[in-house]
Amino acid sequence: MASRLIVENVEAGYGAVRVLHGVSMHVEQGESVVLLGSNGNGKSTLIKCITGIVQPSGGRISLEVDGERIDLVGRSPQAIVDLGIALVPEGRRLFPTLSVEENLMLGAYRPGARAKLAGNLEFMFEVFPVLAERRNQLAGSMSGGEQQMVAVARALMSDPRILLVDEPSVGLAPIMVNRMIAKIKELKERRSLTVLMAEQNFNQAIKIADRGYIIVHGEIAFEGASAEDLRSNDMIKRYYLGV
Amino acid sequence: MLKTRADKIFWAVLAAVFLGGLALTELVANEYYYTAIYAILQATIMAVAWNILGGFTGYVNFGSAAFFAIGAYTAVALDKWLGLPLPFLIAASAAVCGLMGLGVGYLTLRLKGVYFAIATLAMAIVLETFVTNWEYVGAARGVYILTPEKVPFFRSYIQLLFVVMLALTLGSIAISRALNSSRIGRGLAAIRDDEVAAECAGVPTLRLKLISTTVMGAMMGVAGAPYPFFVTFVDPLSAFNLFVAVNAIAMPMIGGTAHWIGPVIGALVIGGAQEAITVTISSELNVLVVGLMLVLFITLAPQGIVGLVQKWMKRRKR
Repeated sequence: MASRLIVENVEAGYGAVRVLHGVSMHVEQGESVVLLGSNGNGKSTLIKCITGIVQPSGGRISLEVDGERIDLVGRSPQAIVDLGIALVPEGRRLFPTLSVEENLMLGAYRPGARAKLAGNLEFMFEVFPVLAERRNQLAGSMSGGEQQMVAVARALMSDPRILLVDEPSVGLAPIMVNRMIAKIKELKERRSLTVLMAEQNFNQAIKIADRGYIIVHGEIAFEGASAEDLRSNDMIKRYYLGV
Repeated sequence: MLKTRADKIFWAVLAAVFLGGLALTELVANEYYYTAIYAILQATIMAVAWNILGGFTGYVNFGSAAFFAIGAYTAVALDKWLGLPLPFLIAASAAVCGLMGLGVGYLTLRLKGVYFAIATLAMAIVLETFVTNWEYVGAARGVYILTPEKVPFFRSYIQLLFVVMLALTLGSIAISRALNSSRIGRGLAAIRDDEVAAECAGVPTLRLKLISTTVMGAMMGVAGAPYPFFVTFVDPLSAFNLFVAVNAIAMPMIGGTAHWIGPVIGALVIGGAQEAITVTISSELNVLVVGLMLVLFITLAPQGIVGLVQKWMKRRKR
């Protein structure tokens, strides 16, 4: 099933503070798209709008499945998960007093995913063997890297078409970030996923990117058609690479 | 129902306790014991019920007394109106309070933390005012209930009430345990740990919270339904007593809120201590004891008795 995510002129904010000013972007089937930008430019807000945690004040967000457009604005986060959009939240946000296995099972709460629970669980344990070893450990007692693995696995347990990853590098050692990005890439290929990743660490994000957007002060400042396009962009050089 | 060894042990213990209760009515005639145990059982149901919302789901409810009192007054009203037998009154109270739980849940669950707690407290006050002005059930004067002098099978009415209450308590514990280990229970635990993350993971949080408030309300109604027949006089002040609400919070907190057994242990320990102190020292002092124990446990053992035992078992394993 081909699916694409389309964001059109989205405006959003918190109370009187406007964060997004008419953001438009799209993610095509099978792509890895990165959303670059430093803190406070609206990356997370856009992700929250897509997942239904924040309601945009204007614009349209839709999921197109086999040519049929489904509006996401106004739907609850659960309904959006039901449509096949899963989120790996910023800061992981696991259920700390529950075991690793319970965390994963909670990812498969929706009826569609429940049917495939056993197979998906086995797949996750194969991809992340350390989680199989620690399936009975409380999620809150694991290291940051392991917690990030649980967060990714939990999101994939919902059997999504589109995986949203919000700042996977936050609070992780560089080597763990490296491994996480490689894992997400591997998972994407094995599951033929579509990935949208918000990240401020350009050098990490570029490893997975087919293409990307740079968001500055709530507006898309640059649209890069390829990883090379992003790398050679002046803004990237100025903001991230310091050259 | 009897899938695992733990299940078998659980149901065997429930059956043994119930049979033990029946045997007690054959062996002991002194009515005091039934009165005392009835009070402990009532507290157990309240604690188990509170824990479904407060412990499993993480929403602190200060309005327990309202559900309890509405359960009691539903029984009073239906007894006066139709003269239904006790099991029907209990079922009716469960239905009314379950619906009330659903409604209150719908209105207040968008509130979090302290705001939710205050909203439930306010609800109790509103309902107390309503009952205080409801002439049919005696309004502020209260109402007397006549209980039959002779009952079948048992020596006295209090024995009958004791056995009914025992069955209701065991039933509540079984429901709470089943809920705790089910998919619903896992969803509730996710809400307690991180509600936004639960929502993003696709857990239907509102529906689960409404299930939680409904079951909580129905159980508290069940605890309240036989109360008028137990005390034979109900007035709004005693039925809506804040102490009922405080007990329902203190017992799970002291026993441990994350596990289904926590509120049961808490209710037995605190309820037992209260009865003992009421008899040996004074009924005023038992309020102080609950307060002191609550302070002690929250500062020294926030995971309650269950948490202490788990910690101790872990240390022994090493």
